[in-house]
Amino acid sequence: MSRTLFSFKGGVHPPGHKAESNTRPVHAAPLPKKLVIPLRQHIGTPAKPVVEVGERVLKGQLIGAADGYISAAVHASSSGVVSAIGPAVVPHASGLPDECITIETDGRDEWIAHAPLDYRTMTPADLRLRLRDLGLAGLGGAVFPSAVKLDPGATHPCPTLIVNGGECEPWITCDDVLMRTHADDILQGVAVMRHLLGSTEILVGIEDNKPEALDSMRSAAAKLDFAVEVVAVPAIYPGGGAKQLIETLTGKQVPSGKLSTDIGIQVFNVGTAHALARAVHHGEPLISRLVTVTGHVLRPQNVEVLIGTPMHALITLAGDREGTTGVLMGGPMMGMPMPDPEVPVVKATNCILVQSNELFPPLPKALPCIRCTRCADACPAVLQPQELFRFAKAGDFGRAQEYSLFDCIECGCCSYVCPSHIPLVDFYRYAKSEIWAREKEKRASDLARERHEFRQFRLEREKKEKAEKLAAKAQAKRAELAADPSASGAPDADAKKALIAAALARAQAKKAGVEPKNVDHLPPDKQHEIEEIEARRAKIRALARQPLEPEENP
Amino acid sequence: MPAPFVLDRSSVTQVMAWVLAALLPGIAASVWLFGPGILITLSLATATALAAEAAMLKARGYPAKPFLTDLSAIVTAWLLALSLPTLAPWWLIVTGTLFAIVVAKHLYGGLGQNIFNPAMVGYAVLIVSFPVQMTQWAGPLSLTATPLTLAQSASVIFGGDLPKAMLDAVTMATPLDALRTGLLQQYTVDEIMTQPIFGHYGGIGFEWLAGAFLLGGLALWALRIISWQVPLAFLAGIWLAAGFLHFFDAGRFGAPWFHLFAPSVMLGAFFIATDPVSGATTPRGKLIFGFGAGLLTIVIRTWGGYPDGVAFAILLMNLAVPLIDAWTQPRVYGVAPRRGKEPPA
Repeated sequence: MSRTLFSFKGGVHPPGHKAESNTRPVHAAPLPKKLVIPLRQHIGTPAKPVVEVGERVLKGQLIGAADGYISAAVHASSSGVVSAIGPAVVPHASGLPDECITIETDGRDEWIAHAPLDYRTMTPADLRLRLRDLGLAGLGGAVFPSAVKLDPGATHPCPTLIVNGGECEPWITCDDVLMRTHADDILQGVAVMRHLLGSTEILVGIEDNKPEALDSMRSAAAKLDFAVEVVAVPAIYPGGGAKQLIETLTGKQVPSGKLSTDIGIQVFNVGTAHALARAVHHGEPLISRLVTVTGHVLRPQNVEVLIGTPMHALITLAGDREGTTGVLMGGPMMGMPMPDPEVPVVKATNCILVQSNELFPPLPKALPCIRCTRCADACPAVLQPQELFRFAKAGDFGRAQEYSLFDCIECGCCSYVCPSHIPLVDFYRYAKSEIWAREKEKRASDLARERHEFRQFRLEREKKEKAEKLAAKAQAKRAELAADPSASGAPDADAKKALIAAALARAQAKKAGVEPKNVDHLPPDKQHEIEEIEARRAKIRALARQPLEPEENP
Repeated sequence: MPAPFVLDRSSVTQVMAWVLAALLPGIAASVWLFGPGILITLSLATATALAAEAAMLKARGYPAKPFLTDLSAIVTAWLLALSLPTLAPWWLIVTGTLFAIVVAKHLYGGLGQNIFNPAMVGYAVLIVSFPVQMTQWAGPLSLTATPLTLAQSASVIFGGDLPKAMLDAVTMATPLDALRTGLLQQYTVDEIMTQPIFGHYGGIGFEWLAGAFLLGGLALWALRIISWQVPLAFLAGIWLAAGFLHFFDAGRFGAPWFHLFAPSVMLGAFFIATDPVSGATTPRGKLIFGFGAGLLTIVIRTWGGYPDGVAFAILLMNLAVPLIDAWTQPRVYGVAPRRGKEPPA
């Protein structure tokens, strides 16, 4: 069972630090007194709260409903009473609060009634809807709603399903431990994925620094009634990145700006497969996950944690130590510093990495770029990081885009190898956000300009129409006067008089028109005029809508 | 503080320190083969470079410590010193170093901003301005009747008070000079090569010095401080261009091995053309950069006004770097190869 592997360009070998946490047995974390469950734990529209403050909820009860197609529901991780619905600090580097539902737990951990799904008899659409309502989202870190990824669409068959057990980030071992202990469950989830995607080839990619996980997954795969190839891939960061794993296993590259499904490949994390199995075979929503608690703690380990558990409770469980300088969510290469150790564990929390000055010394001050191109050698996206840095620093965002800024996956390899210690990824994030902001601004100003231009056009046209109408009326009056023999003596003066009289009559009519009037009793000519005006307005409205519709935001 | 939170242990100082270390075999060979004069040249250039660097940093309002300790000024000083004649007068060394650090480095914006290799700018200024003094090369000790001691070398460099006859006794035309002069006097290459200064491949002593630079350069490559593309392409450019000419008229053009085993070529290939700041950055660009520099070296040696062309060749290729880089961008992951489309320059 040997498969020809391909290699991607670049990559780095940071110290793994896996052994610290992957040897201790997995326990469930104790039930906290308070659970803070953010409504936005996935990519897409945040969930909408469906409970009230003071309401008693059961474990697994829906508390935030999925809102739209790209969304996922959130559930109570344990039984208790909803004590608050509103902004609270969430695990995001910005430290900005976001909408959360807080539950005071009652310690009974009482489940709501739930039953397995018979996924083989359900229609795929119904099954996906159920999975969305069970809150499934990718547990590899990106937390994209799984139901969306399990919809191959009519035009994109996914013959290849890749299950990602790469876990290339240093320190993190939750996938490793999950594969060692729950290989059968993971593959049960894979069976559901295969069912929904219609995949014919299933590959599990695991880095070769996890021999136990490879053995466990291989023996579990041997028991299945369909073929699953468990492949050991070379341990190199970011080999567990979806694009890199795809290239390693298939030799194909995901085209820039497209999805892997465009080349018939879908990738799921092993944790997601496990959560899917729990959802389908037990009817359990995604209310807990395996989290690695490691770094500057006494007993680095993996813990089964309820979503909403404050991180500091887990740090205490693993044994907090003097000299803690910070807490990261995720690994040291792509992780996010936490604004507060009180923030809750969310679906995206794969690792809580406690920092100290010994393990993570403060980064040295940056020196100028010497264009040594170590970053370019390390870049798995084959970018020229030194040029992107130059453009980003100079504010030349157009040029940065031309040099494929948006193909950067922000893996951090460039910053890792930079001898000048330049925080390169930060410059790329800054350039990307500037470009997004400018595009948004441009769209808004384009819209405003179009509206303004159309208004100008409309005013002009109305003025012209009015003038034409007046001229026509005057012409008619003049013709009428000319035909009237009594006025033939002084046609010019009479015509003028007639015009004045007509104007006066119009003014009077207008004045009268201001008064509320029953439209039913209008003379037929007035009625006709109103109809004409209505028709014109409808046309203008249609015109006004036309140029804007294709502008619909993607 | 943003991700990543870990770094490998590399630093600019470390890179520069390895470059300096890799120059040690060449320096040792120079002392062994040509006498201790080079040590004075190196020390003088280093002191001048550090003083100039400190003064410029102060003038530009930059902190002195991180930039003085990055060792980049010393690298420039050593590369210039190793390119200069071993018995060049002190003021020549000081002038060249000052020009390299003050003008070529700091007036362009300091570390990482210079579009030309500072050491080569210093060298070019000196050879254009002081061509006579730039010929005061100590001859190989094996050919010199009375080798100079360190003190004597110092008195030549600082005092210049050596009698003309004695100076003539210790200095000698370099093999490249000898070849050039001989060819101008209508001798054939074979006739010129019978002079005592010529050894197996290059000049006596000079070829060993070249070998020592090659050794240090290979070490830099093994340590991944430099990439293979530039040195290989540079040497290939020299060898192919010289070989092409030699093949057609062996009487008028030096052999490719002779051109290759000049110390300036090995120093240029592994230590100067590989300067990351002023060189090309893309893999294909590095090949073009190196090959062009090699080719131009032979062109200048053959038809130019100077005996050696490494410095001018590298400076000319420095000029072409933005163009080379723009046209040789590698294919980004997932991006279709561009065909015949103008690159984003």
